[in-house]
Amino acid sequence: MIPVLLIFIPLVTGLIGFLLKSEKTARGWALLSSLVTLVVALTGAGVAGGGVAGGANPMLHADVAWLPDLGSRFAVGLDGLSLILSLLTAISFPLIFIATWRDQYKRAWNFYALMLLSQAGLLGVFLAQDALLFYFFWELALIPVYFLCSQWGGERRIAATFKFFVYTFLGSLLMLVGIIWLYFHTADHSFSMASFYDVHNHIPNSDQTWVFWLLFIAFAIKMPIWPLHTWQPDTYEQSPTAVTMVLSAIMVKMGLFGVIRWLAPVLPIGTWAWGDTVSTACIIGMIYASLVAMKQDDLKRLLAYSSIAHVGLMALAIFATDSTGMQGVMIQMFNHGINILGMWIVVDLIERQFGTRKISELGGLAKTAPGLAILLVIVALGNVALPLTNGFVGEFLLFTGVFTSTATAYSLVFTVVAAVTIILGAIYTLNMIQRVFYGPVNGLTSRAVDISLNEKVVLSVIVVLIVFIGIYPGPVLAMTKEFSEFILTRMAYK
Amino acid sequence: MMFSGIFTTSKKAVRNVAIVGLAILLVANYADLLGHHLFTIDVHKMLYFDTFGLLGNSIAFGSTLLYVLLSGRDMERVGNNLAEYFALIFFVLCGVAIITTFNTLLMLFLGIEIISIPLYILTGSDKRNLKSNEAALKYFLMGSFSTGLMLLGITFLYGASPTGTFFIDDLWSGKGVSPVFMAGLLLLLVSMAFKVSAAPFHFWTPDVYDGAPTVFTSFMATIVKVSIFVGFVRLFDEAFGESRERWQIFVAIITAATLFIGNVTAVFQQSVKRMLAYSSIAQAGFMLLALLALNGVAKEGIILYAAAYSIATIGIFAILIRMKDYTFEGFNGLARQQPVLAATCTIFLLSLAGIPLTGGFFAKYYMLSSVVATGHFLWLVIFSVLCAAVSVYYYFRVIQAMYFKEGDGTTETEPGAGFKGLLVVLAAIVVILGVCPQSLLSQLTKIIYTW
Repeated sequence: MIPVLLIFIPLVTGLIGFLLKSEKTARGWALLSSLVTLVVALTGAGVAGGGVAGGANPMLHADVAWLPDLGSRFAVGLDGLSLILSLLTAISFPLIFIATWRDQYKRAWNFYALMLLSQAGLLGVFLAQDALLFYFFWELALIPVYFLCSQWGGERRIAATFKFFVYTFLGSLLMLVGIIWLYFHTADHSFSMASFYDVHNHIPNSDQTWVFWLLFIAFAIKMPIWPLHTWQPDTYEQSPTAVTMVLSAIMVKMGLFGVIRWLAPVLPIGTWAWGDTVSTACIIGMIYASLVAMKQDDLKRLLAYSSIAHVGLMALAIFATDSTGMQGVMIQMFNHGINILGMWIVVDLIERQFGTRKISELGGLAKTAPGLAILLVIVALGNVALPLTNGFVGEFLLFTGVFTSTATAYSLVFTVVAAVTIILGAIYTLNMIQRVFYGPVNGLTSRAVDISLNEKVVLSVIVVLIVFIGIYPGPVLAMTKEFSEFILTRMAYK
Repeated sequence: MMFSGIFTTSKKAVRNVAIVGLAILLVANYADLLGHHLFTIDVHKMLYFDTFGLLGNSIAFGSTLLYVLLSGRDMERVGNNLAEYFALIFFVLCGVAIITTFNTLLMLFLGIEIISIPLYILTGSDKRNLKSNEAALKYFLMGSFSTGLMLLGITFLYGASPTGTFFIDDLWSGKGVSPVFMAGLLLLLVSMAFKVSAAPFHFWTPDVYDGAPTVFTSFMATIVKVSIFVGFVRLFDEAFGESRERWQIFVAIITAATLFIGNVTAVFQQSVKRMLAYSSIAQAGFMLLALLALNGVAKEGIILYAAAYSIATIGIFAILIRMKDYTFEGFNGLARQQPVLAATCTIFLLSLAGIPLTGGFFAKYYMLSSVVATGHFLWLVIFSVLCAAVSVYYYFRVIQAMYFKEGDGTTETEPGAGFKGLLVVLAAIVVILGVCPQSLLSQLTKIIYTW
C-alpha cells in the first residue's frame, strides 16, 4: 500500500500540475504534494521499524498483475535499500522546493509538474521489484529531467542535455537487452526479482561475464564512473539548480542502486570476475575527478567533479563485497544526497545574489553573511567526512569494507589510493570555503545580505540530519544491516 | 466508392461515404475476428483468414479510418479528383486484405500489384508538380522491376515444388534445399524487401516519399508498408519449411543494413518530411527483426509494431501537412503557437523513438525479445539498439525545435477542434498501448501459439 502511494502521489499530482496556470499555485501544489509524499515515506519507515527485509507486511508490498503474458507484474515493495533511498527522495524534494522558492521560471506550472513526475519515476525505480517495471521507471525518471534541463537550463543547455540524454538512453537500451536476455533464461520466464535472483543457477559463468556489461554500462553511465562521466559536469552546469539538485542528490544513486539490486545479486560471478576492473576504473575516476575539481573556478563544476569522486568510492565499496562496506554504501548514498543538496543550496544562493559562480570573483562572505558561512562550513565538513558528521560514518564503513574485502587481492592498494582522494577532497573543499568566505571583501560581495528564512530552514534541517547521523547512526545502521546481509547471501559470500 | 463521384459533386459527401465504408469494413473484420462470419465466399483456399491476417487487416482498416478522419480534408488540396483518390485508396485496401491473408503465391502477387498500381497514380496525383511526376515515374519503373523479380521468383518456386503448386503450405518438399528453390526464395526476399524499402533496395523511398503529396506519403509509409510486412512475415513463416537456417543470414544482413542506412542518413536531413522517409526505412529495419525470429513473440510483435508505428506516423504526418514550412526550422517555437499539436507530436515522436510509456516501446521490446528468444544473432540485437539510440537524435530534433527554440513556426490555417481532438485520441491510444499493450495482445497470444 505505502509503496503504491509513494509512486502515485507524485505521479497524479504531477499530471494535475500541468493544468494549474499560475506560478504561485503550482509552487504551493508541488510543495504540498512533496510533503504528503514525505509523510507517507516516514509512515513507511515507521511501519517497517527494525525488521524490513523479510516480512510480507501488506502495508509494505503491493503486487498486482500488469502484463501477465510477459511474466511481468506491478510489484513494488519497501525493504532496507528501497526504504533508505525513498526516504532520501522524499526528504529531498520538499527541501528543494523550499530552497528554490524564490527562483523564477517561465511557465512555472510545467516546471513543477515535471519535477513531480521525475520524483514519481525515481521512487518507482527504488521501489520496483520487477525488472521490466524497474526499466519502465528508469526511463520515466529520465524523460522529465531531459525536458526540465532543456527548457529551463543555461545557455548551452540544449547541447549539454542532449548529450546527457543520448548517453543514458544508450545505456538503458543496452540494459534492456540484458534484461530481456536474462528473462529468457529464468526458470519460469518471469521478470520478478525472485526469478532474477535465481537466474545465475541457470546460466553458465561465461555468459555472466558478458551480460554483466550490458547492465553495468547503464548503471556506470548514471553514476557516473570514469570514463563514462563526460556528460555530467556539462549537464550539472547547464541545468537549473533545482534540477541539478535532483540529478546529483538522487539520480546518481540510481546507478549505485541498480548495481546493488539488479546486478550484483543477479550475476554474482560476473560481478566478481570484473570486480577488479571496475574498481580500478573507480579509483582512476576518483583521482582524476579530485584533481580536476581542484582546478575548477566554477562552483557548479567543482561540485560536479567532487560528486564523481564520492560516487566512485561508493561503487568501489560495492565491488569489495563486504557486509560493512555494503552497509556503508547504503548509508553513504543517503548522506551524500543530503550533503550535496546542502552544497547546491549554497551555490544557488550565491548565484542568485551575485550573478556569478566564479570562485575568483567572490571573497569575504563570512563577514557579510555569517549565517550562511556557518551552515556551509558544517555541510562542507560533512562532505569531507570529518568525525561527528554523517560523512564520517559513511566513509569509515566504506573504507573498512574495502580494506577487509575478500573479493579482491588488491584491497590494500585500493584503500590507500582511495584515501588519497579523501585528502584531495579536503583540499579542494576547504580551499573553496577559504576563497569564497574568507579573504578580502570585494565590491561584489560587500552588498551581500544574509540568508532568508526559507533557506535557513532548509539548511538547518540538513545540518541537523548531518550531525544527528554523525553522532547517532544507530537507526540507519539497523535499517540497512539486514538488507546488506541479504544481498551478500545472494552474492554467495555468506 | 469509385462511382460516388458521379452521383455527387459535394466533397463532403464523398468523404463521408468513405468514412462510413471504412467503419463498415472495420466492424465486419472485427466480427470475423470474433468468429461471427457475416457472409462467406468460397475462395478455393486461395485466401486463408486466420487471426494473424485478420488482425493485420483490422490495423490497416482502423488506421485508414483514422487517417481519413485526420487528413481527408487535406486531400482536397491535392487536386480536384477527390472521389478518385478515395477509390484508389480503397483499391489499395483491397490489395492489403489479400496480402495479409493470401494462401498461394498467386494471390500474393495479385495483392502486391493491386497495392502498387494505385500507389503509382497517387504518387503522381499532384500533376503540376515536377517532383511528384518524377517520383511517380521512378516509383513505377523500380516497382515494376521488382514485381518482375517477384514473378521470376514465384516461377522458380513453382518449378522447385514437389507437386507443382502455388499453395504456400505445399512449397516445401521436406527433403532439403535445391538451388532452384533457393534462387526463387531469394528473389522473393529481394522483391519484398524492395516493397518494404529495406536496404539496399531502399533508394526509391526518400524520393518517392518526398515527391508524393504529403497526404499520400502518410498513407504509403504507414498502412501500405505495415500490411506488406504482415504479408512478408506470413510468407516466410509458412512457405519455406525447414530452410530457415539457409536464408536467415541474408535477412540478418538486410536488417543490419536497413537499420544502419535508415538511421544514419536520417540524421543528416534538413526537411522533416525527408527525415520521416528515412525514419520509415529505419523502422522497417526493426520490423525485419520479426522476419528473422519468426516465433510467436515475433508475430505478436509485428502486429503491435504495425499498430504503434502506423498510429504515431499518421499523427506526425497529419501535423506535418498543416505546417507552413517542412524543415526543422519550420517547427521552431510551435509549442507556443499550437500547444496541443506540439504535445501530441511529442508523444508520437517519443513512440517512434521507443521510449517507455508509449506503444513504440513495447513494439521495439517485442522485436528485440523475439530475436533474443531465438538465442542467435545477439550481435544484431545490440546493433539495433545502438541504431535506436541514433534515432533519438533526429526525433528529438523536432521536439527541441518545438519546445526549446525560439521561432514562429506555425500552421497554415488554424486547425479545428475536431482535428485536435482526434490527435489527442491518437496520442491516448499510443499511451494506452504503452502502458498495457495487453488490450491488443491478449487476443493474439491465445490463438497465435496454437496456430
